Amino acid sequence: MEMSIHLLVLNRAAYYFRIYLDEKMKMLSKQSGKQVPETLTQRRVFFAVMVLLLGLVLTLLLSLSQGAVPFSFDEMLQALLRRGDPLKQTILWDLRIPRIFAAMVVGAALGMSGALLQGMLRNSLADPFILGISAGAGLVVIVMVVLQVFQAWIPLAAWIGAIITTAIVIFLGRSGSKLSVELLILGGVAVSSLFGAVQSTLLLLAEDGQIQQALNWLIGSLNGRGWREVNAAAPYIIIALIAGWLLARSLNLLALGDDLAVSLGVNLGRSRILIAGVATLLAAGAVSVSGLVGFIGLVVPHGVRLLVGNDHRILLPLSALGGAWLLMFADLLSRLGSVELPVGSVTALLGSPLFIWLLYQRKTGTEN
Amino acid sequence: MPLEIQNLSGGYTTVPIIKDVNLNLETGEWLSLVGANGSGKSTFLKLLSRILSPSQGAVLLDGKVIHSQPPNVVAQQLALLPQQQTVPTGLSVRQLVSLGRTPHQPWWQWELSGEDKQKVENAIQKTRLENLSNRPVENLSGGERQRAFLALALAQEPKVLLLDEPTTYLDINYQLQLLELLKELNQQQQLTIVTVLHELNLAARYSDRIALFNQGNLWDVGTPATVLTPEAISQVFGVKALIINTPVGLQVCAVSSL
Repeated sequence: MEMSIHLLVLNRAAYYFRIYLDEKMKMLSKQSGKQVPETLTQRRVFFAVMVLLLGLVLTLLLSLSQGAVPFSFDEMLQALLRRGDPLKQTILWDLRIPRIFAAMVVGAALGMSGALLQGMLRNSLADPFILGISAGAGLVVIVMVVLQVFQAWIPLAAWIGAIITTAIVIFLGRSGSKLSVELLILGGVAVSSLFGAVQSTLLLLAEDGQIQQALNWLIGSLNGRGWREVNAAAPYIIIALIAGWLLARSLNLLALGDDLAVSLGVNLGRSRILIAGVATLLAAGAVSVSGLVGFIGLVVPHGVRLLVGNDHRILLPLSALGGAWLLMFADLLSRLGSVELPVGSVTALLGSPLFIWLLYQRKTGTEN
Repeated sequence: MPLEIQNLSGGYTTVPIIKDVNLNLETGEWLSLVGANGSGKSTFLKLLSRILSPSQGAVLLDGKVIHSQPPNVVAQQLALLPQQQTVPTGLSVRQLVSLGRTPHQPWWQWELSGEDKQKVENAIQKTRLENLSNRPVENLSGGERQRAFLALALAQEPKVLLLDEPTTYLDINYQLQLLELLKELNQQQQLTIVTVLHELNLAARYSDRIALFNQGNLWDVGTPATVLTPEAISQVFGVKALIINTPVGLQVCAVSSL
């Protein structure tokens, strides 16, 4: 009950904020005629950062207090300070906090990975799985589930599967000493369909229980993720996030086309391999924690780009922030019902309408 | 001598399109590359701009081989205006032009310094984009867009500017405006210009020298008057032509296809 009121308030607030933003934009465009003042872009970046941070903090508070055992704000504070009911302390510190951490790290990795690949491939419909990560990791995991071997090693195996598949796709995408965008996308599609076919065949041959287990992983879930998973993946993902941010300048130049990027001093082959490599490390790291959570890597960079434009120095960190926020929010929703949903289905349920809305916004935007 | 081209061969595959070209450029010179379709003039420009690597020979910029130097060091001296521009979304003209400063910035410097900002403003001024500087590039007309990408190249502060058919998508007024602007930069700042030009009359009017390409070979190079002769045009283009002296330079008047 209390929860639904929180959500209602949040929802209303977001709604009024959007109306306010729309009005503000209309006013500004009226004042300045055809010109977009320089300050507007800066103001928009500031707005975007504030909105994201506010959303992040609100969702964080809700995530800490809500779940199978709802806490009041006071109880949550007590448990956070390691006071009061020991059971509540355990729930908070050993179950909720690591899981929230996992959601944030996975979301940030997927958000930035998507932004990197969309930038490099100059295609705003690219997502972290376009280079075959889902197919490679999925295949390895299904083989392990069906054969019932090395179950404890599934995260590492998924990571290795993802990296090897992307390496194959990048190998297929070579053209001379460079990487061709078209060949990369084609290679990704081809390898994904091949591995996908093997996956489906294996699933058909598997037993019901195994199918359940595999599906849970294929859809993506954060259920039961604890400090062990966070400690294993978080440091490496955080380093990769920083490395990704450092590639912002080459991404800005690559957006101008290969020819101009070269004449502005970009080493095409090297920068493409670096960008694809970091994006793959990020996505593979995310997949090893949560399985294949879709839509975050597609929707978040897209939305952030509409808000702040195409400067990757800003787009990349905000995509990470947005991904962290959206996945934490989706995870919160996924564990509110009486039966816990896999977070991947929540992101798809949230993400698809959001994506359609973004596309529609974009269409009306270009018509003006 | 800013640009020396020595025994240059190269192409898209292992089969060279450009064969053994030798050519030297003076500082502040305007060289136009002309020739029939498929004669290799665009390939030649791609070799100069490092989009393609030579299979033999070398391009020297101030005595150093451009293909083996660090890319950003070459980019500080050599800029390109491509024929077809990939227009990025969500960038204002000023943001686009600012990217031209990238080769001059060390990797840790992400923001423009005051000096960089001044140079960006200068480039915007020279290309007369002051009133459009905050507009998104994707909303500009063809001519304005061309000027924005020229401003990007000028912000690089190059010694040599390479242009690939800069007038193709422009109407006759914009063509003249662009070439007049280039002439101004060429004369006032000693900017060396190498441009592919389809339009022989414009090439004759603005160039110091013309390089005539035929089937991957440098057929002839020299002043417009020495290169653009009826004989050369009939042999290279397969066109019977009259060469007329006019107040705005030589004009090539095509009579009939041979």
